[in-house]
Formats: sequence, structure tokens, C-alpha cells
Amino acid sequence: MIEVSHLTKRYGTHTAVEDLTFTVEKGAVYGFLGPNGAGKSTTMNILAGCLAATEGTVTIGGHDIFDEPIAARRQVGYLPEQPPLYMGMTPREYLSFVARAKGVPTRELDEQLDRAMAVTGVTEVADRLIRNLSKGFRQRVGVAQAILGDPAVVILDEPTVGLDPLQIVEIRALIRKLGKDHTVILSSHILSEVQAVCDRVLMIHRGRLVASGTPEELERQLSGQVIFKITAKAAPTEVRQALEYLPGVTAVTAEAGADGRTEAVVETADTGADMDEKLSFALSDRRIPVLRLEREQTSLEDVFLALAQDEPAEEKPRKRGGKGDKA
Amino acid sequence: MTAVYERELDSQLNGLTGYVYGAIMLLFAGIYVMAFNLEGSPDFTSVLYSMKWIALITIPLLTMRSVAEERHQKTDQLLYSLPLGMTKIVLGKYLALVTVMAMPLAVMALYPLALNAAATAGHVALRSAYGALIGYFFLGMALTAIGLFISSLMENVGLAAGACFLVMLVLHFLAPLARFISSSGLVSLIAFTVIVLIVGLLFWRVTKNGMFALVLSLVLEGGLGACYALWPDGFSGLFGQVVEQLAVFDRFDNFTYDIFDLRAIVYFLSVTGVFLFLTVQVMERRRWAS
Repeated sequence: MIEVSHLTKRYGTHTAVEDLTFTVEKGAVYGFLGPNGAGKSTTMNILAGCLAATEGTVTIGGHDIFDEPIAARRQVGYLPEQPPLYMGMTPREYLSFVARAKGVPTRELDEQLDRAMAVTGVTEVADRLIRNLSKGFRQRVGVAQAILGDPAVVILDEPTVGLDPLQIVEIRALIRKLGKDHTVILSSHILSEVQAVCDRVLMIHRGRLVASGTPEELERQLSGQVIFKITAKAAPTEVRQALEYLPGVTAVTAEAGADGRTEAVVETADTGADMDEKLSFALSDRRIPVLRLEREQTSLEDVFLALAQDEPAEEKPRKRGGKGDKA
Repeated sequence: MTAVYERELDSQLNGLTGYVYGAIMLLFAGIYVMAFNLEGSPDFTSVLYSMKWIALITIPLLTMRSVAEERHQKTDQLLYSLPLGMTKIVLGKYLALVTVMAMPLAVMALYPLALNAAATAGHVALRSAYGALIGYFFLGMALTAIGLFISSLMENVGLAAGACFLVMLVLHFLAPLARFISSSGLVSLIAFTVIVLIVGLLFWRVTKNGMFALVLSLVLEGGLGACYALWPDGFSGLFGQVVEQLAVFDRFDNFTYDIFDLRAIVYFLSVTGVFLFLTVQVMERRRWAS
């Protein structure tokens, strides 16, 4: 559906996006994840045709966005980070304007408007002035304009920024609904959002693609090590001896607990699914009863935080939103 | 383009701008008609001649929001993402502004007929009156295009209005100012040199390519120097003449002498074309530089 090849965008000496290459397949929700200043909005703007690239190509539905901009833009519905709304219009007037500007035929206009408003849930406020609507409804009107003209791709730049927790839940449900009929690309600096909504994740850092895959694949690819927490009925020395020479085990910490038990933390480099079995067999071979064996997930959040902490001081993520953002 | 046209027209007529513009135009038209036509001569063209200065207020008022407001509110991102060429977007906006600009003129078109019906100060020459009104409309078209261009350069509506007012002020007094320019060839050379340097600086600012701007300035400067060396007499009074050519407002004057000046109409249309082209370029350029 979308092919991005060696995309680079420079602002003077600052490189916002560097040599970005990825493919977006039809009919999935893609999350563009990265800390603030990572180059997400720049990439979204380029995909939507609002911004030209310094180098590289973008093809949408077979049309090069730079050589055939009109045909390519026809395939895309775009909601920028700040919804581009005319406050003095009602949602119906505004959406009617956008639909006609997108070339929706007059005979289909009412049907498309009604459908877009129904899908996004703005029908009830269709005749109120946009300036009088809540932020959540304004965002919905913004999404409604993006899906007018029935574009194959819907691009949403930080669609939940500044919304309250309830509005965030509603917009996420709306995005999942959109994913059934469109290819959706959303950018976010909020991990939980991407994990909750997206089928696939593209992780960007300092303008470069650092990882891509399903959220689960990324966790496996990027975590590097898996930690197991074990409770066994034996002395700490016995537990340590049973586990520390096992292939894949990098470190074992064992401490005496209550009732002759040992609490052990085992770090392994083996991320395979059968590592817990190997640990269990190693202990049972020495006739040590295993009371608890728990794999501790290294979440995508750990990886994301590691990336964010790796940023230079001037690119430290700004605090945006509050706890609601993490809902 | 129709959608953009209708939205722009809607924003002009749903806000105060369009009505304030119309009120100012009709207020001053009424005052001048009263002063000149009701008790004096039946010459309607003198009303329009006197109304030239009002463009200093009305054109900034009419055009200040058209692009600057979109940039300020970030609604320009919608325009950039639409499957529409920038020429159509700019034309849609421009035609809506021209429509609003023409509305009070349509009302004023009734005045000569009303004056003739009242017959208070003799018979108004309709051909001359309507010729001048058409000339005034084309002058308005050119000035609106200049205003739209200035608005496209700004993100602040107030700044756009202020800059437009200053440009209108300079254009209004350009012809009288041109008479003060020395006719010396050397003065012309110096003035053109300054312009070349300004053009070079503008290119540098827009393209961020210092080498390109320097080479361009040197080539233009070289050409200028060569022309002066070969043809020094030709430079005598040349700058003053060029400045006079840029005096948009004064091109209207022939219409008030009962001359339907086709050359002036071509001039107004050319100015319109140039500034609409520049507006498209500025907005398209923003796609590359923003």
C-alpha cells in the first residue's frame, strides 16, 4: 500500500528523518512509535503530502507522492496533530467543504457525510459550531474529515494528545473500527496506546527506524534477555549450583527465604520459549522441588524508555498530557 | 476550486470583515456622491477618483486573513493535504475575495442611474461613469492580488494587515515620489544595484543557498555594469521611469478622464497574474521549507 524508500528530511543542518525505509501493507493498523522529536510528525506530514522530502521516495497505492501528488493524496486521509478545523463552521458545513474539496460527487455527498459522522459519532453535534465542541468531539470531526472520500490510507498524527482518559478510550475504539475498512497509520509517543491499538509497530528514534514488527515480536527482538524468578525448596547454594552452568544462563542470584526456601533471580540470554522448561528440569534433576517459576516480561516500554533515555539533552521528551495519556 | 471559493466567501460573509469592508466603501461612496454630485457636477468619475485612497484601508481589511489566518490556525495543513493543486486553492481564495470586493461596487453601479433619476445636478454621463467603475474594479482586482500575496507571506493577521497597508501607501504615493528621484544615470545605477542586492538576499533567504544567491547577484550586477558602461545615457532617469511604471493606483486615472484605457486593464490583469503566481509559489514553497 505504502512504500517508503530511503526517505530523508533535513531542515538546514538538522536532520529530522534519515534514510527511512519501510513498507505498509493493506488493511492493518500501524503504529509509528517514538519519543517526542523522533521525526514522527515529519514522516506523517511527508506521507500526507504536506511536506516535501529532501531525499528518497514515497509511493502510495502505486503513485509517487512527489511525481503524482494529486493521485497519491487522493489515497490518503490525514489528521494532523492539531485538527485543521474552521471554528466558525458547524461539523456538517466543515465536512461538506472537505468532501467537495476532495472531489466527492454531489450525488454521494450526503451519504458520505452521514456515514463519516455516524462512524465517528459526531452526528449529534453536527449542527453546533465547532468552536463550542469539546476537544474529544473536535478530534472526532478531524477523524471524520480524514475518512471522507473513502481513502485507502488514514494517517493520524498523535490522535489522542490532550484528551481526557475517557476520550482517549473512545478515540482508540474509533481507530480500531477504522482499521476494519482502511489501512491506518497512527503516530504516538505513548506505548500503551500503540500496544492497545496497533497490529504492527514501527519504532523510530532520531529520525531512523530502529525496529518494526508486531508488538509481541518487538518485545522478543529487542528485549535481549529474559529474567526468571524462581522459588525452590533448597538451600541457596544448591539452587545456584543447579542453574549457573546451564547454557543460556548469564547470572543467578539466590537468597534464603522463609521455611527453608530460596528466592532466585535467573538472568538468561536465551529468549526461546522453552527456557523455563530447561530451568525446571535442571532443578528437578537435582531433586529440588520448584514452588514457583515465573518469566518476567521485558516490555516494549523498557525498550522505549531505553531509547528515550539515550536521547541527547535537547531532545528529551517534553511532558505532554498527564496520567491520562498513559491510560 | 469551487469548494475553496465557497468556504472563503462564507468566512468573509459570516464574519465581520466582508460587511465592514462593504460599509466603509458605501459610506465613503455616499459621502463623495453627496459632496460632488448632489449639489455640484454630474461627474461620477470624480467620486471614484477620490475613492482610490480608501484601498489603503479596505484592501488590507479584505485580504489580511485569507492565508495568514490559515497558517496561524494551522488549517493550511488541510489545504496542503487535499487532492487539489495549489493554483486551484489560491484561485478559489482569490475569486472569493474579488467577489466580496465587487459587492459594494455592484451597489455603487446603481448610483449613476439614481442620480439621473433624481436629476439634481444635471445628467450623469453613463458611459464614462460605468467605464470608470469597470476600471475601478480591475484596479481592485490587482490590489486584491497584492494583498493576498502579502497575506501568504505572514502568519500573523495583524502583521499582514500592517504590511499590506504600508505597501498600499507606497504604491499610492509612488508616482509623486518618483518625481523626486534624480534623473542622473549614476543614481539609477546605484538604485538598481541596491535592488539586485535585495533580490540576492531574498534568494538566499528563500533557497538557503548562499552560493546560488551570490552567483545570481554577481551575474545581475555584471549585466547592470556592462549596460551602464555601454549605454550610460540610457540610465538617465531610468529608475524614475521604472518606479512610475509600478504606480498601480495612477493607472486608474485615465478612466476618470472619460478614457476607457485598455492598456491599464491589461496592466491590472498582468499585476494580478504576477501576484497570484507569486502567491502559489510562496505557498508551494512552504511545502518544501516548513
